[in-house]
Amino acid sequence: MIARTLPIAVAVLALLTLPLWIGGTYYVNVTSQILFYAIFALGLNVLAGYGGLVSLGHAGLFGISSYVVGYMLQLGYGHTAAILMALAVGNVSMAIYALLSLRSTGIGFIMITLALGQILWGLAYRWISVTGGDNGINVPTRPAPFGLSLADSGNFYYATLVVFLLSVIAVAIFARSPLGAALMGTRDQPRRMNALGYHVLAIRFWACLFSGLLTSVSGILFVYYTQFISPQTLALTSSAEVLLMVISGGPGTLLGPIVGAGLVVVVKNVVSGFIERWNFLLGAIFVAIVILMPEGLVPGTVRLWRLATRKRAPAKAEIKTEGKP
Amino acid sequence: MSALTVSALRKSFGGLRVTKDVDLNVEPGERRLIIGPNGAGKTTLFNLITGELSPDSGSISLLGQDITNVPSRKRPHLGMARTYQIITLFARNTIVHNVRLALLGLSPLRWNPLMDLKHQGHLTEQAQEALKQVGLAQIAERPLSQTSYGERRRVEIAMALAQKPKVLLLDEPFAGLSIDERQDVQRCLMAIPRDVTMVMIEHNMDVALDFADRITLLHFGEVIVEGTRAEVVNDPRTREVYLGH
Repeated sequence: MIARTLPIAVAVLALLTLPLWIGGTYYVNVTSQILFYAIFALGLNVLAGYGGLVSLGHAGLFGISSYVVGYMLQLGYGHTAAILMALAVGNVSMAIYALLSLRSTGIGFIMITLALGQILWGLAYRWISVTGGDNGINVPTRPAPFGLSLADSGNFYYATLVVFLLSVIAVAIFARSPLGAALMGTRDQPRRMNALGYHVLAIRFWACLFSGLLTSVSGILFVYYTQFISPQTLALTSSAEVLLMVISGGPGTLLGPIVGAGLVVVVKNVVSGFIERWNFLLGAIFVAIVILMPEGLVPGTVRLWRLATRKRAPAKAEIKTEGKP
Repeated sequence: MSALTVSALRKSFGGLRVTKDVDLNVEPGERRLIIGPNGAGKTTLFNLITGELSPDSGSISLLGQDITNVPSRKRPHLGMARTYQIITLFARNTIVHNVRLALLGLSPLRWNPLMDLKHQGHLTEQAQEALKQVGLAQIAERPLSQTSYGERRRVEIAMALAQKPKVLLLDEPFAGLSIDERQDVQRCLMAIPRDVTMVMIEHNMDVALDFADRITLLHFGEVIVEGTRAEVVNDPRTREVYLGH
């Protein structure tokens, strides 16, 4: 029990005190980015990891929530209305995505979500009267919940951290729940699940909505962070990037997408300051992960750790397996 | 009232007629064996009965209720369970979790996204009960990837039994088993009480004949012979199409 809770407690404590020790607003902002991209990756992981449904159109959902916030503020609505509308539009879009794409799985699902993502990107690019086209939409202010102005990067960090922790808890609860187990069952043996009495399509639909909710939430945090939204955010490269976060960290794990988000954001923001060809470095890292740890960084590290500890105490491991005939 | 009635069932894949006007009537508590050479349409018949395929015409009823148009996912809720010829289990999970999923499939809990599945003691208890019936209770917590083929066959049966079916369809439960494993599985099946009606497809005549009350012989999608064990075995048509001597 302690072995499990202690690392979590240390990690949460480190995150809570982060602005005190990380040394600079810049790094606080980078961590904020890691946190909302981690929510995005956790959302995609619900589908791609637990559900086995790989989506290449999630940046469209992420972006549409961002655009709704920007557009609502431009129309003169307040932050609360803008956020609620963004959540609603994000989820309705996800429901439409799901109804169209859940007719297939595997490559078919990837291609339909890719097409849907491209449609949203096209809308953002061409529907200039609403989206501003290439110029995007500026978001002049950040909200101030309970009188705390999120314009301050420290406050914004804490707000993001709260939403992040809630998201992690929500995904953790879901993954242990009967519905979560059913979703993983439909990933591994859809035909069997149907024969056991499960409504495979409905399970996948609910998973889509949960994934869409997390994606919307992260899109809203993103637009308040950058205070700007343009079609670039909805591009295929963004969808691929978040998918790489999930795959590199470890799909179907809770920690994997978070680690993946950290890796991508750090290389993009921090390492790019030192290495001009950071894209090359990121590519090389992904290749290394695929070769050395094809199951992802988190499960791969666990595997290597077990291998290392087993070598030191082979007798103990044997007793353990033989102890349960 | 029959446990399972199939009447005038037809199914074609393109020009290939795989099920030709099949009639089948299985009484409650009966043990029915379906035999026939490879390609006779035995598994197709099962897939039609469970609803994984939909028939071109004809009807199927379970315990007097017409289920021809009931979606396959609802049929387990009406008391029908099946095992697969090709083992389809959840390889990443433990044995007990496999059985738990079978139980959850019939429980309204399956829609719950909030509670911890591991804390649902009654599901685990029922799963253990089913595993005891097939003699796997001691290794319930073992990951499925560390089990033998024979054990997996028994997990298949445990999952079907856990759902407390009224009609159990077994698709070649002895396929690919060693003699010892066959006896294990046979013992499990013999111990199933008579309130469960069983229909079994099987090639292995030694074990299957002991099991059957009545036998149906399928050939090219048609019922050729049907009757008691002795009638079918002694019928010259059985010898011709199946026993081969």
